[in-house]
Amino acid sequence: MTVLVIAEHDNSKLKTFSLNAINAASKIDSDVHVLVAGSKCESVCKEVAGVPLVKKVLQSDSPNYENYLAENLTPLVVKLADKYTHIVASANTFGKNFMPRVAALLDTSQISDIIKVDSPDTFVRPIYAGNAFATVKSNDKKKCITIRPTSFDPATTSGGSASIEKVEAVDVPNISKFLKKEETKSERPELGTARVVISGGRGMQSGENFKLINAIADKLNAAVGASRAAVDAGYISNDHQVGQTGKVVVPDLYIAVGISGAIQHLAGMKESKIIVAINKDGEAPIFSIADYGLEADLFEALPQFLEELNKLNTIQK
Amino acid sequence: MKILVAVKRVIDYNVQIRVKEDGTGVQTDNVKMSTNPPDDNAIEEAVKLKESGKAKEVIAITIGEEKAQETVRKALAVGADRGIHVKADNYIEPLGVAKILKKVIEKEKPDIVFMGKQAIDDDCNQTGQMLSSLLGWPQGTFASKIEVKDKSMEVTREVDEGLETIEINLPAIVTCDLRLNEPRYASLPNIMKAKKKPIEQLIAKDLAVDISNRIQQIKVEEPPKRKGGVKVASVAELVSKLKNEAKVI
Ligand SMILES: Cc1cc2nc3c(=O)[nH]c(=O)nc-3n(C[C@H](O)[C@H](O)[C@H](O)COP(=O)(O)OP(=O)(O)OC[C@H]3O[C@@H](n4cnc5c(N)ncnc54)[C@H](O)[C@@H]3O)c2cc1C
Ligand SMILES: Nc1ncnc2c1ncn2[C@@H]1O[C@H](COP(=O)(O)O)[C@@H](O)[C@H]1O
Repeated sequence: MTVLVIAEHDNSKLKTFSLNAINAASKIDSDVHVLVAGSKCESVCKEVAGVPLVKKVLQSDSPNYENYLAENLTPLVVKLADKYTHIVASANTFGKNFMPRVAALLDTSQISDIIKVDSPDTFVRPIYAGNAFATVKSNDKKKCITIRPTSFDPATTSGGSASIEKVEAVDVPNISKFLKKEETKSERPELGTARVVISGGRGMQSGENFKLINAIADKLNAAVGASRAAVDAGYISNDHQVGQTGKVVVPDLYIAVGISGAIQHLAGMKESKIIVAINKDGEAPIFSIADYGLEADLFEALPQFLEELNKLNTIQK
Repeated sequence: MKILVAVKRVIDYNVQIRVKEDGTGVQTDNVKMSTNPPDDNAIEEAVKLKESGKAKEVIAITIGEEKAQETVRKALAVGADRGIHVKADNYIEPLGVAKILKKVIEKEKPDIVFMGKQAIDDDCNQTGQMLSSLLGWPQGTFASKIEVKDKSMEVTREVDEGLETIEINLPAIVTCDLRLNEPRYASLPNIMKAKKKPIEQLIAKDLAVDISNRIQQIKVEEPPKRKGGVKVASVAELVSKLKNEAKVI
C-alpha cells in the first residue's frame, strides 16, 4: 500500500492543512508520498521533503497548475493514481473541489471528510451536520479520501529528508480559466488553526459593531469567526463563516457572541475544548453546549470583557 | 439555452435527527422531509435565467423513492417547466447519482446543470464534481454569483481564503451556495399550475448504468454528547473561570 497526498500551497509555501492530511495518511500506511503540483513550486517541495512522515515528494511544475483549477489538476492525479492505493487531501474548499473529479474517473466512491482512520479501508465520518457519526468501509480497490483537518494533528515539519522526484505535467482540457482571487488579508491567526476563536452572530447588528469582537480578538490573539446569519447580513466576509457549510474549528477556546446555536453552526464548533456563550436570551440553544454561559447584552458584556482582560497581567497566547 | 437542475429530498434542516438504536442509520419514519436547501438556490437561479430570457427551458430532476417526486413538484411550482423522476428505492451513492444524471444529460443536452453544493444528509459534497468529471465538463463549485455569457460563464466561488472568480466554458456544472440568491416561495396558483406540469418517470435500474454502492455502512452512532456547563453571573466571574478553572487564557 502506498498513499498519495495532494498538497495545497500557494506556490511558495505549503498550507498547514496539508500537514494534517499527511498525518492522517500516515495512519493508513506509513508509505506516504506527496504530490506538489504547481508553478515554480520548488520551495514547497523542499518544505514537504523535510516532513519526516513523507517518504517521497512528486514535483510537477506547469503554469497550468498555478491556480489549482480542478479541471487541470485532475488528469495529473488520475495518471499518478496507477501506483497508489489511497489518494488523500484535506476536506477544505481545495480538496472538496478536485477530489470527486478524480474519484469519478477512477470509478471510486469517495469518502468525504473523515475524522478517524479505523483501518486502511474503514473510516469514521460525520453525517447530518455532525449529529451522527458513520463508520464506513470502502470496497473499492482504490480509495479517494478527504480528511477533516481539525480531526488530525499536523505532521511535524522538520528532520525529514524525502527524495524529490520530478513528474511530467499532463495535458489539460482548457475548459476553465482562473480570473481572480479576493483574499481577506488579516494579521490575526487563521480560523482553522487558531487556539482561540471569537465569533459574532446576528446579535452583533452591524459590521461596524464587530469592532467589539476584534478588540477582544487582538487581546487574545484569536481568530474571528461568524455565523451564517452574520455573513449573509454582510457584517463580515464569507471566509469567516463557521459551521456545516462554512469552516470547522476546534480551538481551545471558542467564544460565541450573539449566536443562537443552530445545529448548522454547532456543526462547525462543538468539538472546541472550552465553549463560552454570550447571549441575552437565556433559552438560546447555544447555552446547552456552552461550558460557560453568560446571559447578558453583548453591548455591555464585550466592553467589560475587554476591561477584565486588560486587568490580567498575563494572557496565554 | 436549456437548464437542468438536480434536487434531492432530504430530512428538513430544522429537524433534530435521531440515530436508530440498532446503529443502522437515522430515524426517517414520520420525519419532515424537504428539498435539500442549496438545491432551492439551484432552482431559483435557473428560473431567474429563464425570466431574464437567457434560458428557454428549466427541467428539474430527482433520483429517489416515489415520494421524492414531491421535490420535483415543488421545483415546478417555483417555475421549472417539467420534471424527471428517476425512481430508486435504495440509497444511491453520489457516484451512482452522477452516472444516472450523465445518462439523462446525454439525452436532454442541457447547457448548464445547477446543483446544490452539498446534501445536508450525507454531507458528501461530491455529486456535482463527479458529474462534471464524467462528462468532461468544467465546474463552478460553491458558487455565490454567476454571470452567463454566450459560450461561457463567470462563477464567483466561496473558497477558504475569500472569493475566487473563474470563467468556465459551456456546457458546465454549477454547484450552488446558499448565498447565490434568495429562493422564492411558491404561490398558491403556481402550486395548482404545477400539478399539471409533466413529470417523466424513469427507473434507475433500467438505465444500464452501474449504480452499485461501494461503501458499506458498518454502523451509525450518536456523537459523544457535550455536557452543558454552568452559567456565570458576571463578566468578571467568566474571566476568572477562564483563567483559573479552564486555564485557557
Ligand atoms: C443548509 C444550511 C446550512 C447552514 N450552514 C450554516 C453554517 O455553516 N454556519 C452557520 O452559522 N449557520 C448556518 N446555517 C444557518 C443556521 O441555520 C442559522 O440560521 C444561523 O446559524 C443563525 O445565526 P445566528 O445565531 O447569528 O442568528 P440568530 O439565530 O438570529 O441568533 C441571534 C442571537 O443573538 C442573540 N442576541 C441578539 N441581540 C443580542 C444582544 N444585544 N446581546 C446578546 N445577544 C443578543 C439572540 O438572543 C439570538 O440568540 C445554515 C442553514 C442551512 C439551512
Ligand atoms: N438523489 C439525488 N437526486 C437529485 N440530486 C441529487 C441527488 N443526490 C445528490 N444530488 C445533487 O447533488 C448535490 C450534492 O450532493 P452530495 O454530493 O450528496 O453532497 C445536491 O445538492 C443535489 O443537487
